Amino acid sequence: MSFDEFDIHRLIDGELAPDVAAEVSAWVAADAARMARAQAYRMQRELLHARFDALLNEPVPPRLLAAARTPPAANQPRFLRVAGQAVFALVCVAGGWLGHAWVASGAGGNDLTTSLPRRAAVAHAVYVPEVRHAVEVAADQEAHLVQWLSKRLAVPVRAPALTRHGFSLVGGRLLPGDNSPVAHFMYQNEAGKRLTLYVVANPANRHAESAFRFERVDGVSVFHWIDESCGYALSGNLSREELLPIARTVYSDLETHGKRGG
Amino acid sequence: MVALIPRLRRYARALAGDRPRADDLVQDTLERAIAKWSLWRPGTDLRAWTFTIMHNIFVNQVRRSTRDAMATDPAALAELELDDGQVADTLVRINGIERALAQLPDEQREVLLLITLEGLSYDETAHTLGIPAGTVMSRLSRARARLDELLEGTRRGESSRPLKVIK
Repeated sequence: MSFDEFDIHRLIDGELAPDVAAEVSAWVAADAARMARAQAYRMQRELLHARFDALLNEPVPPRLLAAARTPPAANQPRFLRVAGQAVFALVCVAGGWLGHAWVASGAGGNDLTTSLPRRAAVAHAVYVPEVRHAVEVAADQEAHLVQWLSKRLAVPVRAPALTRHGFSLVGGRLLPGDNSPVAHFMYQNEAGKRLTLYVVANPANRHAESAFRFERVDGVSVFHWIDESCGYALSGNLSREELLPIARTVYSDLETHGKRGG
Repeated sequence: MVALIPRLRRYARALAGDRPRADDLVQDTLERAIAKWSLWRPGTDLRAWTFTIMHNIFVNQVRRSTRDAMATDPAALAELELDDGQVADTLVRINGIERALAQLPDEQREVLLLITLEGLSYDETAHTLGIPAGTVMSRLSRARARLDELLEGTRRGESSRPLKVIK
């Protein structure tokens, strides 16, 4: 198969299916100039994150919170005003917890964003080598597994389908978290490579929602984020760009179903 | 929507340059999003929808070029896993990236930031900016090549260290 310069971009942006990505990787590695370009582009991404990610952890200025709750103009149709009021109510609730998180973060209160990737990476490292006891409940009882974990976490959890990335569900287990139970799902591909999804409930928005982030913890790649119902971390012994498209699938699956269900 | 504000601020800051202007852009985006709330279809990506609104406001504004300095995130730097010599070299590059970014044409900067900083897929980027997928590809490729030239210029100008491969 022949590749072109655009494939270098597709590779580092996680746009390729795993088998094609492996071929493009080999093609890039075979040529020093291509390799240098791939390295330079990866470094650009790291530099951009190093430069701008600090904004994600800054408290939101009050004027922006206020902008998100500006009532719609009076001449709008009534249904728009009702929609606006719904947003306003949402913003008030969210503003409440953001304000809380803002205060709490000063006292070191909101640390799920920090603890989540580390705990998930440890759980990944502990259970992935298990042959006979990798999971407590196997995928052939998926409905039971999901129902059980949802009950224990007291929020609906689900195991997103990752078959388009070549990974199928092995099963799951219940783990202890900082203060609450954790749902832990394991996936495996045909090569025997395993991924784990670590899910912890976020009751009453105790932890501020956070954006999609990447971290490497002791050689394990972890994409993690927190939404209004749970904190999630997807871990794997894969490169950032191999894990990114899979993490995107998990993210959009959970976001879509979470909104619909809640 | 409030949960999206930190990401909107990061994108706006990288796109628009200085902080007050970036927060103005976020404020305009939020106000317009609230006013147009009925147009958002539940089940679709709220994030992509708000990025589209921000893009439309951005391209319609007069663009100034003043930029202020911003503290570098130490945690992000730690993630690069560098030795001390590389840290010094990387600090020069981190300071250089913002200046280099500012020199890209707006349409290239938008594509580069949505993909590399925001992690959008090529399809999502095309949809957000209302451009064909092929245009995303060509702008991204030109942006990266140009950024690389500009960063190399920065490095030669401010550091005598040899180029090191990071990661």
